[in-house]
Amino acid sequence: MAINHLAPEQTEQFADNIVGFARALRAAGMPVGPGAVIDAMSALQVIDIGSRADVFTTLEAIFVKRHEHALIFKQAFNLFFRASEEWKHMLDSVPLPEQARKKPQAGSRRVQEAMSQPRMTETPQHQEQDLRLSVSDKEILQKKDFAQMSAAEIAEALRAVEKMHLPQAELLTRRRRPDPHGLRLDLRRTLRASLRTGGDIIDIHRLGRIEKPAPIVALLDISGSMSEYTRLFLHFLHAITDARKRVSVFLFGTRLTNVTRALRQRDPDEALASCSAAVEDWAGGTRISASLHNFNKLWARRVLSQGAIVLLISDGLEREADSKLAFEMDRLHRSCRRLIWLNPLLRFGGFEAKAQGIKMMLPHVDEFRPVHNLSSIQELITTLSRPLPPHHRSLIRSAA
Amino acid sequence: MTSAANSSGALPASVDAMLELLTSRGYLAERSLATVTYLSLRMGRPLFLEGEAGVGKTEIAKVLSAALGRKLIRLQCYEGLDVSSAVYEWNSAAQMIAIRMAEAAGDTDRDQLSSDIFADRYMIKRPLLQALEPDVAGPPVLLIDELDRADEAFEAYLLEILSDFQVTIPEFGTVKAPSPPIVIITSNRTREIHDALKRRCLYHWVDYPAAERELAIVKSRVPGISAKLSQQVVRFVQALRNQDFYKSPGVAETIDWATALSELDARSLTPQVVGDTLGALLKYQDDITRMQGDTLQKVLKDATSEN
Repeated sequence: MAINHLAPEQTEQFADNIVGFARALRAAGMPVGPGAVIDAMSALQVIDIGSRADVFTTLEAIFVKRHEHALIFKQAFNLFFRASEEWKHMLDSVPLPEQARKKPQAGSRRVQEAMSQPRMTETPQHQEQDLRLSVSDKEILQKKDFAQMSAAEIAEALRAVEKMHLPQAELLTRRRRPDPHGLRLDLRRTLRASLRTGGDIIDIHRLGRIEKPAPIVALLDISGSMSEYTRLFLHFLHAITDARKRVSVFLFGTRLTNVTRALRQRDPDEALASCSAAVEDWAGGTRISASLHNFNKLWARRVLSQGAIVLLISDGLEREADSKLAFEMDRLHRSCRRLIWLNPLLRFGGFEAKAQGIKMMLPHVDEFRPVHNLSSIQELITTLSRPLPPHHRSLIRSAA
Repeated sequence: MTSAANSSGALPASVDAMLELLTSRGYLAERSLATVTYLSLRMGRPLFLEGEAGVGKTEIAKVLSAALGRKLIRLQCYEGLDVSSAVYEWNSAAQMIAIRMAEAAGDTDRDQLSSDIFADRYMIKRPLLQALEPDVAGPPVLLIDELDRADEAFEAYLLEILSDFQVTIPEFGTVKAPSPPIVIITSNRTREIHDALKRRCLYHWVDYPAAERELAIVKSRVPGISAKLSQQVVRFVQALRNQDFYKSPGVAETIDWATALSELDARSLTPQVVGDTLGALLKYQDDITRMQGDTLQKVLKDATSEN
């Protein structure tokens, strides 16, 4: 009953519907290109539009290219193809992602500042204080807007981060490329070259293995107690993501969010803005154990499989520290090449691992380092450039 | 479509026919899977199947090739998979002999030699090139298995093949398939596949089957099993999937377990027999440890209660 407006004889309306539906999906945050719309039309002509379920599957196969989008698609489909007169309200009723809502433009603060006063340092600190006060057991659905950052701070951090040399500890891959000092003979090129001399082999061509930087996976704690640092780390991670291919970044507070795609945008402001839009629990509480559990279950196999180095950036102040936390840390430790815990609390000289959470986590890390300023990030980079752990050493060498 | 017209094993004409075709070969598919498979055949598009391990992604390619009477060409992906193992390689030893022979015969025309050396008979064809060749039974089924295990470089290479069904060989020219093969790509999501590749395919997420379908699958794959035991097995497995395990058992594991139980002549599930055979279902020590004691008792009680 619901899809009679999709009958093929009413071709024009049918096309309109598909186009409208594609637009609705786009508005809901799904990447739907014009090619997919054309595909959808030809697919629906191939299939006998008898049942709603078949139409659903057909359109799903064409529009959904990532499993995460399946739910959005389902909601959109149900709303859109409910009844022909209702679909026009579609755009209002689909839950839009945060990016689509009105919010200050990324970088607007910087522009404003650039136009008026040279420096405004007090305001951001003040803001952070407020956020820290608001930490509670309840999840705080609050967003911190990166567009509201002070221009001087960003500029300073960025300059510093850009100057840093990125980690270069490399893995040998199984892929090969021409290399005069390589160990393997490149028979194909040798033969081709030999034909130039009528079959006499003069030059032996060789193959060597290609080296790639090891993938990096960063798990960044964005809970209230970390709010003074998250911004800097995000810039650091953005710089890394920009320069390397295999970097995955996850933010966690009370829940885990994958922001790798958001960070891929070239402009740091844009990247951080869409990052903050993707996160629902900015500067709220911490649930390290639950977040790690989610990471281990949903992502570890997908992002750690190529021998990744994990950077866990957190103060380890977990309220629900119990054996589960140790279990998840252990699982994480066993699934990656190297687990480095970066803890800003280490900046205090007499730091002792007293907090229960920290005690639970500490036995399972390869390295425990401070990060609270640019120089400690620089040290981190030096660490990352060192040769990787022995059990993988045969495949690895540290670049000069 | 041309592929439909040329083939001897006729393609199914509707989703229902597709469903029937799969069922006839013992593959009990969800209707949605039959629909996308049908679409991919009719539209000549690769089918990209993603899902947890052991839900029957690879199986569908095997079933399709058997049911349509097409050759199955399988490319198992792994890290470092490159053109010489996926597409073609020159038989250098034979080429070298040919060069020596030409020399001995006093034949010194270089162009002639070069075109002789890089001819079809010195080429070792790997799965992707084989799949582009015409076949009497109709275009073959090309299974690109576990693409997530190959690296990005190989994925990029696939783009040309999957959109134009052609391969360019520098010494040889372009090889184009007279009619495109049926392509099934599977991925376990150990890594994200690039959007550019997914865009060329029809995408489908293969989920765990519902209890009823799983029961039918167990009955058809483990013929000797009693109705009571198969029901308990399926209920037990379905309950396990609701638990928060690191790796939930797939359909393949269900079938394994049912087979194991039936080999042991089990009549129904008891704590003893479940404890002994849990390794057929759960593949992580942590998961097995979690299944001891109370959890096991509870799941077992639920699974066996109504019988």
